[in-house]
Amino acid sequence: MNSIPKKKSALLSGNEAIAWGARACGVCFASAYPGTPSTEILETLGTFPELEAQWAVNEKVAYEAAFGASLGGRRAFVACKQVGLNLAMDPLMTTAYSGVNAGFVVVVADDPGMFSSQNEQDTRRVAPYAKVPLLEPSSPSEAYYFIQEAFKISEKYDTPVLLRLTTRVSHTKESFEVCSARNLVADRALERNPKKYVMIPGHARPRHLELERRLLALKEFSENTALNRLEINDRKMGFIVSGVSALYAKEVYPQASFLTLGMSFPFPLKKVKAFARRVKKLYVIEELEPFLEEKLKQEKIPVTGKKPSWFCGELSPQAVKEIVALKERQIQAQKARRPVLCPGCPHRPAFYVLKKAGVFVAGDIGCYTLGALEPLAALHTQTCMGSSIPFFEGINKMQNGQKAVAVIGDSTFIHTGINGLISAVYNGAKGVVMIMDNAITAMTGGQQNPGSGITLQGKLTKKLSLEKICLAAGADNVDVIDPYDLEGLQKLLKSRLAEESLSVIIVRSACKMIDRSAKPALSIDLKKCKKCRQCLVIDCPAIIESASGAIKINENLCVGCGLCVKLCKFNAICAVKK
Amino acid sequence: MKPDKLEQKVTNVLFYGLGGQGVLTAAEICAQAAMIDGYHVKKSEIKGMSQRGGSVESYVRFGAQVYSPLPLEKDIDVMLCLDTEEYPRLKQELGFGGVDLISYLEKAHNAVSSKKIFLNIYLLGVLSAYLPIKEASWLEALSRKLKKDLPENKIIFLRGRQEGR
Repeated sequence: MNSIPKKKSALLSGNEAIAWGARACGVCFASAYPGTPSTEILETLGTFPELEAQWAVNEKVAYEAAFGASLGGRRAFVACKQVGLNLAMDPLMTTAYSGVNAGFVVVVADDPGMFSSQNEQDTRRVAPYAKVPLLEPSSPSEAYYFIQEAFKISEKYDTPVLLRLTTRVSHTKESFEVCSARNLVADRALERNPKKYVMIPGHARPRHLELERRLLALKEFSENTALNRLEINDRKMGFIVSGVSALYAKEVYPQASFLTLGMSFPFPLKKVKAFARRVKKLYVIEELEPFLEEKLKQEKIPVTGKKPSWFCGELSPQAVKEIVALKERQIQAQKARRPVLCPGCPHRPAFYVLKKAGVFVAGDIGCYTLGALEPLAALHTQTCMGSSIPFFEGINKMQNGQKAVAVIGDSTFIHTGINGLISAVYNGAKGVVMIMDNAITAMTGGQQNPGSGITLQGKLTKKLSLEKICLAAGADNVDVIDPYDLEGLQKLLKSRLAEESLSVIIVRSACKMIDRSAKPALSIDLKKCKKCRQCLVIDCPAIIESASGAIKINENLCVGCGLCVKLCKFNAICAVKK
Repeated sequence: MKPDKLEQKVTNVLFYGLGGQGVLTAAEICAQAAMIDGYHVKKSEIKGMSQRGGSVESYVRFGAQVYSPLPLEKDIDVMLCLDTEEYPRLKQELGFGGVDLISYLEKAHNAVSSKKIFLNIYLLGVLSAYLPIKEASWLEALSRKLKKDLPENKIIFLRGRQEGR
């Protein structure tokens, strides 16, 4: 914290700080697939015309493109959320053997508390598994400084470097001084070095040995680097901390002594042991997994850690107090309002039709996952990106041909859905794959993708035709329909499910966060309304049932999509007369 | 509590409400104003699925040096909630002697009447009267963050500020 000059000239989030730090140290290439809480890193980089920043179709491709840029001789990095790295584990594990050409960094944002994720895996565990160094900034100002250090480490030790953020680092804004100058490092030549970059067994064996040597050198570095910061105050309590937890602990115990591990792998054992000797009682404070605690206990260093209930969820200053007091985590009831599909969202009529059809729906990751919640409740699985079509295939095969439907968004289909479709066709699955095409990556706030034909910088590029790629994959039928054609969609789904074929139905209508055009708001004629509650089935946030039982439409939210009008048997819903 | 008393320690402000009400914009302007005034600022927000009408909250902390982006429990100095239904969710976070601006919400609705997009800015004006940040810094922050309807926003802000005094 003290090593960074604070002249308070910019207010940046951790994600923006990564982008500015990367720019300052001469990064020339970055790639990512959007994913909360990491998305704004590339969105910020996309505003810098002096470097190449791009959306890739998925994290594996993003990783490989960025690694290619490092081979091409210039500093490059990939950014993703925790589950995104799962997809990129394959290149990570082996590029750790190869090492890099120009500096190469992997920025991963974890989501403790799962604000917008399907799990809360702790990426720190990946560092010893992949045998790459790990940096953990605790704040935006540190993120700005650490990303620049990460590139130096990458080049000095010839290794990919993992830089781990969490939601509270990524989405916290802090005031600090940012350098507007850009320090370019010298380009490196593209070298033909098969012993380093062609990982056949005969080359990989010596590279593994090299990797082990490198880790020993990195361990020495970790013992001495200023990234691991010692702060001796009152010696009654000593804290070993990393990430944002360091700041929570400092908030609660400002007088205590701290060893903040900005570089937590390789573990600086000598430094930790020396610190342990200097304090009376030693605590470890870390979010999610007992990553540091296990290491301390393995080395027989007496330390107070946390109970397993604290392996779940994010920490806070209050949580630090409770951990120190050896309490269990109290699971609090969720008081926050649950998210719903936006008024006018084109997913709503599609789910209404699926619900009426009564079919099993294998779902995927995106806004449309909200179709699983009551009262729509028309989506029955969600696991990871691209899983819908393979799940659908397996269900189809084991349910004696009972047809199911896979539901997947345009961006998720391009991410990893295509592979599943090719495999399902190849293996003779029957049923319907419904691509909900709103022409944007919506859940993360509306990012472009190949289906929209627009780049990160907003420039026109080649547009991927979902119809053509589905036909090329071998789908028997590819239909395109507007989901607001309720009757048409109902008929189409019924007939395609009755056939012995694998059909793709593309339901196409623009995301309402992007297409903000609105028709006049609707209202309910209370004299005609019989309170049959049909209009409540579609879970529109603009339709509200008051305590007295009267059903009303919030004119400020309604965009006049007219879905409720189609459902009302009593013609009680009509446009507000202005 | 008057502004001069706040300068001794880190000041904690909580903004909350629903996605689309301008909670995050208000918090952003407050953080900018504190920064322009020379404070060290940290602002934390949860906006994961706010576009889908979910709950939104943001903490702004400023002072000589701020460590944690999140405050201690029940330690909010000034609290600004933009929605009566959301209000019970976090009202217990108000600290001893803290100021709760919920009493201004109805007045704010009346003041902006049909122009609901100005609700957050009016309430930000009320809030500004309770914080040790110079008026010039607030106005500069408004200019930086609001490109649309800036003159009208400034007028609404100053009306709220007058109400808060």
